[in-house]
Amino acid sequence: MKDTNTRETLLSMENVNVSFKTHRGTVRAVRNLNLKINKGDTLALVGESGCGKSVTAHTINQLIPMPPGVIESGKVIFEGRDLLKLNIKEVAKLRGEKISMIFQEPMTSLNPVFKIGDQIAEVFMTHRQISRKEALKRTVDLLNLVKIPAAEKRINDYPHQLSGGMRQRAMIAMALASPEPGLLIADEPTTALDVTIQAQILRLISDLKKDVNMSVLLITHDMGVVAETADRVVVMYAGRKVEEADVYSLFDNPKHPYTLGLLNSLPSNEKYHNAERLEAIKGTIPDLLTIGDGCPFENRCPDAGPKCSGTFPEETKIGEDHSVWCHYLENQEPSK
Amino acid sequence: MLKYILKRLALLLPTLFGVITLVFFMIALAPGDPARVMLGERATADSVEQLRHDLGLDKPLYVQYGLYLQRVVKLDLGKSIKSGQKVSEEIWDHFPATIELTIWAMIFSTVVGIIIGVLSATRKNGWIDFASMGGALMGVSMPVFWLALVLIMIFSVKLDMFPTGGRMNIRYYFTPITGLYVLDGILIFFKSGDIKVFISALHHLVLPAVALGTIPLAIIARITRSSMLEVLNQDYIKTARSAGIKESKVIYRYALKNALLPIITVIGLQFGLLLSGAILTETVFAWPGIGKWIYHAIEARDYPAVQGGIIVISTTFVLINLVVDILYSIVNPKIRLS
Repeated sequence: MKDTNTRETLLSMENVNVSFKTHRGTVRAVRNLNLKINKGDTLALVGESGCGKSVTAHTINQLIPMPPGVIESGKVIFEGRDLLKLNIKEVAKLRGEKISMIFQEPMTSLNPVFKIGDQIAEVFMTHRQISRKEALKRTVDLLNLVKIPAAEKRINDYPHQLSGGMRQRAMIAMALASPEPGLLIADEPTTALDVTIQAQILRLISDLKKDVNMSVLLITHDMGVVAETADRVVVMYAGRKVEEADVYSLFDNPKHPYTLGLLNSLPSNEKYHNAERLEAIKGTIPDLLTIGDGCPFENRCPDAGPKCSGTFPEETKIGEDHSVWCHYLENQEPSK
Repeated sequence: MLKYILKRLALLLPTLFGVITLVFFMIALAPGDPARVMLGERATADSVEQLRHDLGLDKPLYVQYGLYLQRVVKLDLGKSIKSGQKVSEEIWDHFPATIELTIWAMIFSTVVGIIIGVLSATRKNGWIDFASMGGALMGVSMPVFWLALVLIMIFSVKLDMFPTGGRMNIRYYFTPITGLYVLDGILIFFKSGDIKVFISALHHLVLPAVALGTIPLAIIARITRSSMLEVLNQDYIKTARSAGIKESKVIYRYALKNALLPIITVIGLQFGLLLSGAILTETVFAWPGIGKWIYHAIEARDYPAVQGGIIVISTTFVLINLVVDILYSIVNPKIRLS
């Protein structure tokens, strides 16, 4: 196990609250979120759709559409500066310079009417004083780095001429075109790809992370991806952090009923070898418009008790780098 | 690309053949005898018959059609019954005025319309958005002749800023070179250093171009707005922003180029519509264009003139559509291959 606590912190979010004002009311998308990414680490943010993963990511580089979005409170400290206090120009400068992002859908994340090479070269030219020719030359180098074959030819291709995997590689190349890649936010980078390509892309991200010493915030709902790539894991449910641990502790000793539910529903789980059905978490996520202050998982939780609907639980430390937010930890049978 | 254009040009032939045929039969089958109309109520039956014979109207319809096709293929549009002049010459005299007016009206409506559309899209639900979309609605709903009269009232009569009509100050009379007076003005300026023609032509163009361009402007602004709003929600815009590309570049380069397809379609259609004769605008501003000319030809049942005029206008319309299709493939690389 890596000793993650002694490493230098690159980014920390403190008590971040984000909501969206809609005509039906206020949607509380992220509540009292604290998280920390160390230099060179991969932090996985796990949870199902609508749990606030992407909102968290977009809070960091401030791509939340405002209105209707509102960052109500909190701090996002990156290299000692609170990003939420920067003005638009400073934020724009940070985007692509130190914080890059890749998205879920490589099919739609590249601009369909510009050549791949020009799109990547543009990022070079935005952040450095270099000519187009030089930028294109560096683009070819980058495409080679992300293992796109025949890069000199590919820079003249339009996105629709590349396969999904190649497009995601091009997206990664674009993220690497930043002058000082510090943090890569990968929002479900492999969800839209088939499994073999998925493995290649994850390996590519891991390799590059080591090469350029960047940190990765990996957003995913796939526990398999987490196990393969992450150093630390934050499990989110309905805008709340419910469990946080280094990846080994989380898989060895999952504590929160929701984390257990997620792991139990994995097809690779041993007990499914002869089973016909996967075990799903019963119920659906609560409506974020009407959600109260209690534990959001209460209505689906097998261990729920009277305390759950009243207040959100305090942090319980399980290990050195393992915390859970649950009122009834003692109810759980060890390792289901 | 060249192959594509040639293929499209070849496809023009059947379209034009259809247009020519349609024009012939629609006019030939329309009620009313041109010979009678031309000679007036009190003409004798003999003189009407004589004229019908001279014009070839006494022959069976299919023979007339054959002769007509023969002439059109030789690019001979016949002689105007009313003036006795060659139809092609009359068109050549009037079409440039319409082309010039249309070009300037379209430049005005395209530039202003796209800017307004983009501004409303990027400031959705702000005051610019409400004001410009309200204005656009007014622009679409306004009858063009009324707008033209109001413009003349305010800017010509009250403020005396622009002339009330015509293409040129007659004192600067000159022999047209291209027939597009502004262009002629530039050519004259380079030849003789005299800029008066250019300025006078431009000066006379302002009001009619604004009047004629207002409806297309409103349509273009609305299309630009909705197309931009759709594009600004796309993932690749988020990608560009997350890569730190400047917001102005994101909007005017990354988003606008994607939003252009529907805008080009509308511009092309409007261009074609205006070219086919802005009769009302041309009448109010005493603009000697093809719209007014064809209107008078219809009134006089001047068959060859009407036929010739419609053929020229439809051909232009079809050609503009070809240009639009070629522009599509330049803007959207996906279309290029198919």
